[in-house]
Amino acid sequence: MNLLLILPLLIPMIAAILSMLARSSRRAQRTFAVTGTALLFASGLLLVQSVWHNGIQAAQMGAWPAPFGITVVADLFSAIMVAIAGFMGLAVAVYSLATIDRQREAFGYHPLLHILLMGVCGAFLTGDLFNLYVWFEVMLMASFVLMALGGERAQMEGAIKYVTINLISSAVFLAAVGILYGVMGTLNMADLALKLRDTPRMDLLTTVAMLFLVAFGIKAAVFPLFFWLPASYHTPPVAVSAIFAGLLTKVGVYALIRVFTLLFVQDVAYTHTIILALAGLTMVTGVLGAMAQNEFRRILSFHIVSQIGYMILGLGFFTTAAVAGSIFYIIHHIIVKTNLFLLSGVVHRLQGTYELKKLGGLYSTRPGLSILFLIPALSLAGLPPLSGFFAKFTLVQAGLEAQHYLLVATALGVGLLTLFSMTKIWAEAFWKEPPEPGETGEPAMISESRASRFLVILPIALLALATLLIGLAAEPLYLLASRAAEQLMNPAEYIQAVLGRRP
Amino acid sequence: METLLAFVIGGLYAAGLFMMLRRSIVKLIIGIGLLGHAANLLIFTIAGLTRARPPLIPATPDSPSVFADPLPQALILTAIVIGFAVQAFALVLIHRVVQTVGTDDLDNMKATDT
Repeated sequence: MNLLLILPLLIPMIAAILSMLARSSRRAQRTFAVTGTALLFASGLLLVQSVWHNGIQAAQMGAWPAPFGITVVADLFSAIMVAIAGFMGLAVAVYSLATIDRQREAFGYHPLLHILLMGVCGAFLTGDLFNLYVWFEVMLMASFVLMALGGERAQMEGAIKYVTINLISSAVFLAAVGILYGVMGTLNMADLALKLRDTPRMDLLTTVAMLFLVAFGIKAAVFPLFFWLPASYHTPPVAVSAIFAGLLTKVGVYALIRVFTLLFVQDVAYTHTIILALAGLTMVTGVLGAMAQNEFRRILSFHIVSQIGYMILGLGFFTTAAVAGSIFYIIHHIIVKTNLFLLSGVVHRLQGTYELKKLGGLYSTRPGLSILFLIPALSLAGLPPLSGFFAKFTLVQAGLEAQHYLLVATALGVGLLTLFSMTKIWAEAFWKEPPEPGETGEPAMISESRASRFLVILPIALLALATLLIGLAAEPLYLLASRAAEQLMNPAEYIQAVLGRRP
Repeated sequence: METLLAFVIGGLYAAGLFMMLRRSIVKLIIGIGLLGHAANLLIFTIAGLTRARPPLIPATPDSPSVFADPLPQALILTAIVIGFAVQAFALVLIHRVVQTVGTDDLDNMKATDT
């Protein structure tokens, strides 16, 4: 069995167990938090390297041969997602060291973060639909508790909506899995891909495909199923918001891309046209929602929705170049969005509020922080030479090739409106005169030690550096994304890796 | 039997959705539970109801051609366990919500909405 495939699941699990055992020792928990996520990141990078050189890899759990047992598969897309999940886990774990209060730490913040990462990596690596459901639930349970941990009023109100909508999505997912099993008699994704090619049950399959679209669409916050996201993502502590914003909706997008490239490609004209329409509407509603907001994290939450539209836009175009664009976009977006949320936390600590009206003057007092904000903000809007430009560029180019001019125009227009939102934050929080004293809340950072300030800025600077690097040297990552897209669009290699025979 | 179960499942879905649309968070949780049961029964039914047949058969030429598929039960069992854990969490959550917010009416929990 290939150990590299299992490590991204084992490392967070062991880290979670160790830090649960070390409940009484705050220092031990914090050590495990950083080393565990760092090891996860390293194992993710090794996995990418190994898949790049040796092709798609699969391991059969319990040595049951493929369609019967549970398969763990890593193609390039999965490997990239695991690596980036480890990267975000590390950034957020470091950031949490300085920002999560003692009480949350005592009630198991660190183990929960590890379990969340384990669920996320499991969802990326599994090759079995029911197992995907189980990993979703692992991830959801951890996220429920992280969302509610602390018990503030806003958190409780956010958590109720978050929990409810996710449970509905799980029920739909479960029903879809059940129907698919009833029709096809297997849940192994590679096996399904083979059997779905020449199935006579087209009518029922399209229904099942739509059920999957709804289930994953809720998790990915696609129009019109996104209302839970801006209602809940701004309620927990910033570190939790950041990891949710970076990873959780992207697990939904990952599942959508996986299912609609591997399994449901019999009726592309129908299913992928629906996806295209959803993508366009998601982009527009998300960005318009953001324009109406005046609170830092709510603006960012709406932009998650809008950006999800871009990611599934590439899936809707359904060409290799477009799917490569989507993958590139996901990588770029995870880094940038996590960073923006972390930055919103720093702003909150400096001036004690998220309300843009009460913020101000940060450029004169903290020029370095302002530059750090500008990098991800402009990257989100898609300005060259930052990562967002190349992400949008590849998508737009693929869209023009596929002759979807209206959607390309929408994507570009939404980019412009994103820039508007980002300049609004810039003008209000950083550029305008500082607010009158007494209007702001209690700033927290002034009294803090240099070490804690360093721990807060370090992950932000690292993520900003990653954004810059992706922008300045986009080619290696683009190559990676297009190889991953080729693997997705030609599932033969995937099927062979899992089942051991050519389709 | 399938027809009867189909009606039961439909009824469970309808009842679950109806409960979730109520304002009380206790009914919300009951609704989620019903939805989970409906999904489980759906798997049970659609995967094929086979009566009085063995699930495990020897690999011999004269082994019976009709046999029960044990996998749906395994899937449902897993789903039930997960559903149980989620319900337990949801109950604790609504308890805390009532303590913190001071009401069980969803209409009074709109402060974080946009």
